[in-house]
Amino acid sequence: MITSINISHVWVFDQDEALDFYVGTLGLEVSADMEFGGAMRWLTVRPKGATDREILLEKVAPPSVDPESVGKIRDVITKGASGFAVGFVTTDANALFADLKAKGVEITEEPTKQFYGTDFGIRDPFGNRIRFVEPAKPSP
Amino acid sequence: MTSHGVTSLGLTSTEARNRLLLRAKDTMDRSFDRELDVPSLAASVGASPAHFIRTFKEVFGETPHRYLQRRRVERAMYLLRETKVSVTDVCFDVGFNSLGTFSRTFKEIMGISPTQFRQRFEPVEAVPTCFAMAWARPSSFGEARQEQPPYSDPTANEGDLADTWEGTT
Repeated sequence: MITSINISHVWVFDQDEALDFYVGTLGLEVSADMEFGGAMRWLTVRPKGATDREILLEKVAPPSVDPESVGKIRDVITKGASGFAVGFVTTDANALFADLKAKGVEITEEPTKQFYGTDFGIRDPFGNRIRFVEPAKPSP
Repeated sequence: MTSHGVTSLGLTSTEARNRLLLRAKDTMDRSFDRELDVPSLAASVGASPAHFIRTFKEVFGETPHRYLQRRRVERAMYLLRETKVSVTDVCFDVGFNSLGTFSRTFKEIMGISPTQFRQRFEPVEAVPTCFAMAWARPSSFGEARQEQPPYSDPTANEGDLADTWEGTT
């Protein structure tokens, strides 16, 4: 029986740039950062204090991906055609939106009230689509 | 097309162009209910209007105008399906200036009129709205009628455009 999700990945083109964005701008924390023989870097981040789930910031590069596929994946991501990369939960969508907008983050959708809460969307520097939701409070 | 801050990521010139155009496309998405301002979108990516339209089509497979029409119809589909807003109000809410253009464009893309669409399709529940809208987005002009996807109506061509005005207020 599968009980939970512990890790998922986002393609990035440069792991230091990704770190700047996901940690420096979004405010996540690094949960692991390990180099293996100079060819591979295992870099994961998570919301502060959230130990049950991590996001692997995986570089699109050989040897794990062949050069031809690297070009195709990068093309798809930079065109914004890679789909919904990751969704975060926040306690205050409007405040987070204001903070990210002030930091110059690319906004795809402003905070909008939905039946499930208030959500908005951004892109990371590579073109991945990220969304944030402040869940609706349960009716009394 | 100038870099506008995207080259620091080690992007190739093609990737940098993609990112610039994606920014312009995101701008169109955020302001889909407003008039399409090609000169200002083109200026935002450092291109002439003609070059912008040409490269947009090269990257995304359709012109900015055509993309915007599909985006507006996608939004209209959502409002028709999920709300009780009148067809006329939906038309103006999503950025069309005339009910005739809205009905014609909607039917051209979806194969059925806005009113017929509302009658046939139920709200999509329990799925984030952005996701439901993106997956309900019509793929291109005319394809709805040619390929008979789930939204198409085999009787849609029997009437003329006047059908689409039924119940629109």
